[in-house]
Amino acid sequence: MNDADAAAAPQSAARAPVGLGTIFRTFLTAGAISFGGGVVAYLREYAVNETQWLDDDDFLDALEISQTLPGLNAINMSVIIGDNLRGIPGAIAAVLGLVLPGVIVIMGLGAAWQEESHNPQVRAFLIGVAAAAVGLLTTVTLQLGRKQFVKPLDLGIIVVTFIAVSVLKAPLYLVLLVIGTAAILLYRPGATHQGLEERARHLRERLLHRHYTHLRH
Amino acid sequence: MPKLFNLAWVFMLLAVLAVGGGTAVLPEMEHLTVDKYQWITSGQFRDVYSLGQVAPGPNMLMVLLIGHRMAGAVGALVVGLAFFLPDCILTLLANRLWVHFKGSPWRAAVQHGMAPVAIGLMLSGTYAIARLSIFNLTSLLIAASIFALLLWRHINPALLVLAGGLTYLLAPHLLQHLFPH
Repeated sequence: MNDADAAAAPQSAARAPVGLGTIFRTFLTAGAISFGGGVVAYLREYAVNETQWLDDDDFLDALEISQTLPGLNAINMSVIIGDNLRGIPGAIAAVLGLVLPGVIVIMGLGAAWQEESHNPQVRAFLIGVAAAAVGLLTTVTLQLGRKQFVKPLDLGIIVVTFIAVSVLKAPLYLVLLVIGTAAILLYRPGATHQGLEERARHLRERLLHRHYTHLRH
Repeated sequence: MPKLFNLAWVFMLLAVLAVGGGTAVLPEMEHLTVDKYQWITSGQFRDVYSLGQVAPGPNMLMVLLIGHRMAGAVGALVVGLAFFLPDCILTLLANRLWVHFKGSPWRAAVQHGMAPVAIGLMLSGTYAIARLSIFNLTSLLIAASIFALLLWRHINPALLVLAGGLTYLLAPHLLQHLFPH
């Protein structure tokens, strides 16, 4: 999809290179209107539908990388899309654009909160927001994991991970090292009867479905 | 200076461990910032998390407020760079190397193996926020009704978290109004 030097060889040779200012403004818009999470769905709207910088396949490739690596999906996605368009400067423009509105708002909210942190009404409001977030996070987790929750092996890995972190309070590096390694080995090449290509296809369909349905309503 | 160093170290560690995104690393973040280093109380951790929900863009920008509370604007900057820069660099490298692993069967193994681990971590993150915010009937009802609403249809999450905050704020007054003693 992309060469080692993406700046010199943009994906679509026929198109003129996208300006850094355009990249910045596009991600700025996505960052400013994506209230309440779901930033990836907004990115898809802008980078695939509106500007057609990527097609769905490129977007899913980027999403695969973003989800496998540590870090926030939306930011990892911005790095990849920016890098594919204009190399490192493009990645910087994309990430700065994405986070700038949020940084300004959160610092403003933070200043107000530090002034009013003992105000019972402010505290009550924020408790309600956190409780609402629990409902939201539960839905998102169930949606993301709907294939895994119904598969015994995956469900086992989910339960073991949850117990290790929330009940046994094991340090995260240990959980990733031990459970992560074990999980990868359980899925090592040749360990299952299902063809790898078929599994990759399932994964893609799942990703596509998830990020389509998000904005469709 | 040691404070800034600690902030940078903790949030760089969290960045590298954030497999599965921001929610997945919440329990470890709470453990390090509240229990171990005692930079903030658990109530403040919940407040800061809620502020992140109300701001646009990635919710985890709330880490800036932990830095700001500890060391002002410099603290926010240090935490922001420590938490976001390492993953950006990793992603940039991976984006350029990924194509070489395109056909590798191990790539699928990593993706399939890590997917349920990430889901388990997200559950733990959800549980961490639940422990901090659900301690009475009102908060339980808010969480449950938003879960039910989202099962029914998709609603902009921003509206839901605002509704949750307003409900908790106004619930005592409403109850008093409806059932005066």
